[in-house]
Amino acid sequence: MTQTVGMPVVSALPLIEMRGIVKSFPGVKALRGVDLTLRSGEVLALLGENGAGKSTLIKVLGGAHRADSGVIEIDGKVADFQSPQDSRDAGVAVIYQEFNLVPGLTAPENIFLGREMTRMGFVSREQERGRAAELFGCLGVTIDLDVPCRRLTTAQQQLVEIAKALAFDARIIVMDEPSAALTSHEVSHLFGVIRDLRNRGIGVIYISHRLDEISAIADRVAVLRDGVSVGQRPIGEISRKEMIELMVGRELKNEFPPRAASVGEPRLEVTGLRRGRAVRDVSLTVRRGEILALTGLVGAGRTETARLIFGADRREAGEIRLDGRVLSIRSPRDAIAAGIGLLTEDRKLQGLVLGHSVRENFGLPNLARLSRGGFVQLRREREEFGGYVNTLRIKVPNQEQRARNLSGGNQQKVVLAKWLARNCEILIFDEPTRGIDVGAKYEIYLLMNDLAARGKGIIMISSELPEVLGMADRILVMHEGRVTGEIADARTATQAEIMKLAIA
Amino acid sequence: MMKQTLRRILSDHGMILVLLLLCAFFSAVTYSEQSPIGEAAAGQIAGAIKSQFGKAPRVLIVARDQSDDAAFAKKLDATLAAAGAEVLAVVKGEPKDARDALQKIAASGGRLDVIACTESTAAWLVFSDLKADFPLLGAPRLLKPQSYRWPNFLKSENLLNIANQIAVIAIVAIGMTMVIITGGIDLSVGSLLALSAVLAARFIRDYSGGVGASVAGMTLACLGAVIACGAVGAFSGGVITRFDIPPFIVTLAMMLVGSGLAYILASGQSVYQVPDSFVWLGRRASFFNIPNAVLLMLVLYVLAHGVMSRTWLGRYLYAVGGNREAARLSGVPVRRVLLFAYVASAVLAGLGGVIMASQLKSGSATYGNMYELYVIAAVVVGGASLSGGEGRMLGTLTGAFTIAVIQNGMNLTNVESYTQKVVLGLVILGAVMLDRIRHRQ
Repeated sequence: MTQTVGMPVVSALPLIEMRGIVKSFPGVKALRGVDLTLRSGEVLALLGENGAGKSTLIKVLGGAHRADSGVIEIDGKVADFQSPQDSRDAGVAVIYQEFNLVPGLTAPENIFLGREMTRMGFVSREQERGRAAELFGCLGVTIDLDVPCRRLTTAQQQLVEIAKALAFDARIIVMDEPSAALTSHEVSHLFGVIRDLRNRGIGVIYISHRLDEISAIADRVAVLRDGVSVGQRPIGEISRKEMIELMVGRELKNEFPPRAASVGEPRLEVTGLRRGRAVRDVSLTVRRGEILALTGLVGAGRTETARLIFGADRREAGEIRLDGRVLSIRSPRDAIAAGIGLLTEDRKLQGLVLGHSVRENFGLPNLARLSRGGFVQLRREREEFGGYVNTLRIKVPNQEQRARNLSGGNQQKVVLAKWLARNCEILIFDEPTRGIDVGAKYEIYLLMNDLAARGKGIIMISSELPEVLGMADRILVMHEGRVTGEIADARTATQAEIMKLAIA
Repeated sequence: MMKQTLRRILSDHGMILVLLLLCAFFSAVTYSEQSPIGEAAAGQIAGAIKSQFGKAPRVLIVARDQSDDAAFAKKLDATLAAAGAEVLAVVKGEPKDARDALQKIAASGGRLDVIACTESTAAWLVFSDLKADFPLLGAPRLLKPQSYRWPNFLKSENLLNIANQIAVIAIVAIGMTMVIITGGIDLSVGSLLALSAVLAARFIRDYSGGVGASVAGMTLACLGAVIACGAVGAFSGGVITRFDIPPFIVTLAMMLVGSGLAYILASGQSVYQVPDSFVWLGRRASFFNIPNAVLLMLVLYVLAHGVMSRTWLGRYLYAVGGNREAARLSGVPVRRVLLFAYVASAVLAGLGGVIMASQLKSGSATYGNMYELYVIAAVVVGGASLSGGEGRMLGTLTGAFTIAVIQNGMNLTNVESYTQKVVLGLVILGAVMLDRIRHRQ
């Protein structure tokens, strides 16, 4: 990997100039006049809370949405993107959070999908493989060119996306939350690749919520708030605190709310949990009023452990007790009935029925309670959910809004409302703040604290070490399906201590 | 504001609009001369006689020897008698009978004021020159029902006919809607319909006393057939959920099994040893002239709509189809919900079979051939998404009626049956395309 941190090649004429971009959806004005400039050889970090309009903006740039008004200039020429194809032809590549790869095809097949290299009408595999290898060579990585992409790791899939962008000579690469699913090692590797792209004169728009990363990689920061650009500044001229303040529009004292823990007797006791290679003999205890963090590298078996406790997968061995009583959990239904709730890591695939209204999503685990004689009492459901909309400050135009149309933070709040209404005794939060902006994060932390103060037991799975240190009372570190260490007092722990346990 | 409301109605109930347009179209092309018949004609003529001839006119009623005319004659006779008119004779037959009656009246020396005819008897030659042929009668007036212009399509008999024709498909489509909302499909409904028809007829023939079966015996036989279908549905649903096999394949297999069983049980023939009263469900109307099958269909739709929109069961069905994993992790008993959908679909197919057996007064393994496709078409035209999570009962009902109206309208306008298939296919495609475009907006 070439880690050349040379002076970026910055030309005078901006690569992209977006002016006054406005985009409305039914009921929402997502963008209300956004200006954005990107020069070649520059990494521009796009910041903003969820719902600030970042996703909409890059979809306009990627040709997936058409702006209602406003101008996009590429190399000083006005561009009118009617479709993603137009945008691609203009040299813009957008790498969305959900990759656009066909899982069953190999890396070269994906890279050249729709623009196959042919010889006499037939796809020339050798030629494609050769070119793909060349591209990966440029990126300083080696990737198995013969396995279907579904077998590659997330980081590798991301590199395939980048190679795909390079294959059609993209000069502008947009990355939406590229680090969300990567380990810290993979992230530093990705940064190497991005710096390399920058040195070749490619303009990169980098979207992330992790402010540490932005300080490390970006040349300039542009902040969006409520569909308006509130500032574009070189990285050297803005502090982390200022970034947050620009995003939320108010002064933010602390990233983590203070915790006044009063930990009581054990509530959830898990012993000898086992399933295949993913979870090998895991035991843990959560006490009354305690936030237990379960951390480790991606793939250490944390999510798998949570799924076993919740009955989402069948356990091969292990005993689960709640308040001393042995639970026979064979399905999520059993776990929920026993008073356990799981906020899944992947809200879109596992947490919500995206095509249904937020009210219906809220009602789903609560229907038995909300029904009388088989009939759902709609008024009670509306009232209860209305209460949570207010207390959790969920931003929805009305309760019939489809879950799909909500930002990540609001989606997470709907999921949370679902479980709060069930009054669960044990709540498992799997990466509760992934893809969520700073303001909403703080609110979710407050809620976790509040739940703990009410005597619930909380398990928080998180890869973000500051979050683990800032929120947990006790920390369990996992590695390859086993608990490799326990830090009994999180207040005295350090990131280095955790990393040491996580790696071996 | 107006425009927005209109747009909302269009997007929510686009199919209803299409249905209404189709009705309007077929009404326009079948607009033609109508003459009242039966009791309606009798009422009209009685009114005319009362208003034009005052007290105690002397009347001859002339009708043909067939059911509509008989009803006409009977009603008119009774109404006139009650109003104080003197009905000298009621002719039910041919022109010769009318001539005899006229001669008899003339011979008895009586005056005749009115000859009350139906549309067709008024045209008999015997009445063409009464003055010359029967001078003794005075100057009797020939009265016939007034004709009027009205679309054949919109006649109440035709509308009820449409409803009756589609009742079976619409009822089976209720279960199919549930299955499709869960993201599945049930190809076995056509075969189960045949199986149920054969079973019901055989149960009646073999255990309930055949032609002399009692009402209770027939009810039990039909119930038995429906339960047997439910068991088949439970089997399909069980295999689908337990072994995680795509519903398409499982129900495709059960389609063959069901059809084969129906042929075996019927020994390749029609089972017709059922009492006349067996047609009560399929052909009779015991409430406001609405056929019993249509009434049953309406009741079932009201129930199904209630279940889907108001109960937790309905919510679970939508949730399983919308995102199976999220539903499971929210504590929805996914397997039991799916099982319910397939049992409901099979039970309703069984009920459809019973209705069809009643309509045709026999049970045969040939019933319900290709019905699964019409049923799926009704559901899809009604706006349900084959990927699950979306769809409404009222949409399905609209879809079923759209198909029925197109078929009926083409029958009325004498479109050939092969052409009908082509048109129907294109219409289904058009409806789904319309739905797509609407969703994209």
